[in-house]
Amino acid sequence: MKKVIMGNHALSYGAMLARAQVISAYPITPQTQVVELLSEMCADGTLDAKFIKVESEHSAMASCIGASVAGARTFTATSSQGLALMHEMLHWASGGRHPVVMGDINRAMAPGWTIWSDQNDSLSQRDTGWIQFYCASNQEVLDTTIQAFKVSESLYIPSMVVLDAFSLSHTYEVVDVPDQAKVDAFLPKFQPYARLTPQKPCAFNGLTSPEHYMELRYKLEEDMEKVIPAILETGLEFERAFGRLLTLADENRCDDAEIILVTSGTAGYTAHVAVEEMRAAGLKVGNLRMKVFRPFPFDLVRRVLPKARKIAVVDRNISYGHHGIFAQEVKSALHGHTDVPVFGFIAGLGGRDITPATFREIVDYTKSHDAPEENIVWIGVKK
Amino acid sequence: MPKKKRDAKKIVFESVNDVPKMPMSLGSMLHNKTGTWRNIRPEIKLEDCIQCGICWKFCPDMSIVIEDEWPVIDYDFCKGCGICAEECPVKCIAMVEERK
Repeated sequence: MKKVIMGNHALSYGAMLARAQVISAYPITPQTQVVELLSEMCADGTLDAKFIKVESEHSAMASCIGASVAGARTFTATSSQGLALMHEMLHWASGGRHPVVMGDINRAMAPGWTIWSDQNDSLSQRDTGWIQFYCASNQEVLDTTIQAFKVSESLYIPSMVVLDAFSLSHTYEVVDVPDQAKVDAFLPKFQPYARLTPQKPCAFNGLTSPEHYMELRYKLEEDMEKVIPAILETGLEFERAFGRLLTLADENRCDDAEIILVTSGTAGYTAHVAVEEMRAAGLKVGNLRMKVFRPFPFDLVRRVLPKARKIAVVDRNISYGHHGIFAQEVKSALHGHTDVPVFGFIAGLGGRDITPATFREIVDYTKSHDAPEENIVWIGVKK
Repeated sequence: MPKKKRDAKKIVFESVNDVPKMPMSLGSMLHNKTGTWRNIRPEIKLEDCIQCGICWKFCPDMSIVIEDEWPVIDYDFCKGCGICAEECPVKCIAMVEERK
């Protein structure tokens, strides 16, 4: 059924259709509506789930982990400072192999105190062992949430479904909300590999000596490397069930492009518009909107990007003392595979708008330089 | 069964393939008899016991089991914390010096 809903509610519907059994969350702008709708669904019986109110995001993730060990499908959502407060528990979820699915609404980190979008909150959690999806439409948010449960539960690795504050979280779009029966057929009940049960008492996540710790980490990485094939496979399965293919990235006019933009999130949709405008003006520009950031899609990046003469990575984030995080990841993936220069741009921090004009400026710079003059090319800073 | 080497205290896996995905106990406590840590041991005077089950309920190590409706202490795992003796409403559990 088609509905006009905001990005936050697309996440709620995704968790509802996935039949999440335990939802635990603490409110934070711009995330609050996600769990507000879910709490209403739990209260009125639409969703047969336990909604746990907690005193912090740290406890929200802790209770999701506890419920997951007991064999429940679990969901939570947060933003920014809340995600940072969860940091310790994110390691517990991935290290303990508990396939929690979480929505993160990208909100810039304070101070200065802010509620607007950038990606530093989720990208700061890059090395916690979570799968990260970056969405660009409300439909993609809903579909990816359902897919995330399937991928996470098949490999016992938690997933973060990430969307931009306001430009997606509070923006209403038409979303095809699939039938529950179809979702049930796509996503069967969670049957964990091991769980807490009085019939077979055992302890989880206890002291692990140097004799076994490395093996546990090896196994996590071994399964992390199976995530990309699992996303592709479940993406095809999703298309067969619902008619929408879920992929690792949008490749827009990349085949014959001289300059390929690398983007993510809603800025990636704006880039599509900008690319069409620039194409109409005779500029050979393409756009690779990356949807999966962890695990990093090395094969995709190495297949698509070397076709260009120049690569322009647009980051709505920064790793201080280095440069944009997507730029550093793209450079590391391409190292030894191509000599095409990679330009790293930073734009749109703290919710500053990224518009088609932003991409025109980025393409102008890339076109007129053989190599970037600076490690970071800042776009839109008031100089 | 996965290949593992058992000694008195723990299970050691010989291959990464045998290690479970999750960090979990796999019953290693069956071999690690923590009762040896005990300095004082609880002894139940069954003549006074009213079979209330409070000692069973409170034991943090599940070292009191109920057999034929009577409490029995599993000295392989009881660490001698004394909670059962403290909680017993008729004080029929005494903590006595451990015999070495």
